[in-house]
Amino acid sequence: MLNYKNHSEKISLIKEDKLSLRENVSFFLDNIKRNSNLNAYNFVFDDCLMQTSSIEQKIKNGSAGKLAGMVIAIKDVLAIKQQPLTCSSNILRDFIPTYTATAVQKLIDADAIIIGKTNCDEFAMGSSNENSAFGAVLNPVDKSRVPGGSSGGSAAAVAASLCDASLGTDTGGSIRQPAAFCGIYGLKPTYGRVSRYGLTAFASSFDTIGPFARNVEDIALVLSVISGYDEKDSTSFRTDVPDFITKLNSIKKFRIGLPKEYFAEGLNEEIHNAIFEKVEYLKKQGFEITEIELPHTEYSISAYYILTTAEASSNLARFDGARYGFRSKEDKNLLNMYVNSRSEGFGNEIKRRIMLGTYVLSSGYYDAYYRKAQKVRRLLKQDFDKAFEKVDLILTPTTPTTAFKIGEKTSDPLEMYLGDIYTTSANLAGIPGINIPIGKDKQGLPIGMQVMANQFDEVTLLSVAQIFNLSE
Amino acid sequence: MSVTRKEVEYIAQLARLRFKDEELENFTSQLNEILSYVDKLNELDTENVEPLSHPVEEFNKFRDDELKPSIEREEALKNAPDRTDEFFKVPKVINKE
Repeated sequence: MLNYKNHSEKISLIKEDKLSLRENVSFFLDNIKRNSNLNAYNFVFDDCLMQTSSIEQKIKNGSAGKLAGMVIAIKDVLAIKQQPLTCSSNILRDFIPTYTATAVQKLIDADAIIIGKTNCDEFAMGSSNENSAFGAVLNPVDKSRVPGGSSGGSAAAVAASLCDASLGTDTGGSIRQPAAFCGIYGLKPTYGRVSRYGLTAFASSFDTIGPFARNVEDIALVLSVISGYDEKDSTSFRTDVPDFITKLNSIKKFRIGLPKEYFAEGLNEEIHNAIFEKVEYLKKQGFEITEIELPHTEYSISAYYILTTAEASSNLARFDGARYGFRSKEDKNLLNMYVNSRSEGFGNEIKRRIMLGTYVLSSGYYDAYYRKAQKVRRLLKQDFDKAFEKVDLILTPTTPTTAFKIGEKTSDPLEMYLGDIYTTSANLAGIPGINIPIGKDKQGLPIGMQVMANQFDEVTLLSVAQIFNLSE
Repeated sequence: MSVTRKEVEYIAQLARLRFKDEELENFTSQLNEILSYVDKLNELDTENVEPLSHPVEEFNKFRDDELKPSIEREEALKNAPDRTDEFFKVPKVINKE
């Protein structure tokens, strides 16, 4: 089993010869096999064992990178050169990228060990990891339930100790919600903090890449490595990357806001109570807690699904069977080749979203839907701007319920969308958010608490998460 | 607003997708359910609100126009479903008639 709490302890154990990196990686590989029924991985890189001796050497002679020996799994929407990239879709089943995503390259350059690629909802569209050409992922806490989505494999892999940490992506909650359902930490960074180069685009003005881990120190460590400007992504932000690790314990008495709209009807009572217990704890620690308003919250799901499906319908236009990906055998003429390749290659949820997105962008409906939603996006952003004049952090539930049963919501797409009520706003406003596991409900299912901060203020976000990490 | 089955067929054509009859029925009712939900946005007066297309508003980033190596042709063709020596191959576009 694992006898370290976080990566810095792991490094110390390796230096003191109390832990062999080779045995550690073998443990993970065996554990993945033992738990293959979870279906967390699309691909496992068994040959990563070969890297262990040189990295162990580097750790011992002091020349190792910041993530030396950290065993990391990558959501299968990020490109790694010469390894499959499927996005859990049949349309990319045999695709091998010719380059590596910047976020993954930075992990490799920091001497992390990449152990495999994790299952997810097809093209990261979904909230349950049931929309995958590789089949559903099971929640390691209760195998009759979903792990959440779309980064369900990345969350399940961390929760079940099938790796030290993982990368996921978050367009409307796809890191925070599965982290909540699986009982681990998951951070969605500020939009533009991490380069999207090599990430298969879903909704380009919403997509972010972030880490999952079982502790806050490792979240901070991975974030510090993957962050930063990249000339290959013009939307990555030219700003200094703070030292997230050393600032973890610089706790000030932050002002924390509770938006009343997030505690209204529809929130499970056990989640409500668990969060207010933590609020009381923070009050006792001397934090100033105030009720705030985010009045446009009830419009976030509508704006989110109009804008992201519009962006998705444009982004997925590139999958036409011409240059890469699946090509239908029914390809008598060019138009048929496009139509048949797409109709046979994409799953149902992808088609539903392409249809919705094409509709809201089509002539006659553009102003009524797409432009309207962009205006509402500004109103939602302004809600947050006003709130952050009064408070440093916003504390909410991550999800309205704990993990639901597999199959429970598959026949009702709208009901599935409504479950994203607490997470989509952060993506509309581009702000960072983290899931903090705060306990379990009566059925033993993990409860998640979300904390959001202003753009580029992950330092404050992580330091409040650290309070709960240390109090565990 | 609601969509008819005929409109859904038209959208499918725009999106280069094809559906079976029962799928069309299903999509029409699901799209209508979703559209009637998002109609909620019309409760808001947005007359004087500027659309927001990007959460982190920034100016254009310029870079020098320098020649740099990029992906080799052979690499680019590796994932092609069909190819000739130098090109992606697709079904005939122009027919002699």
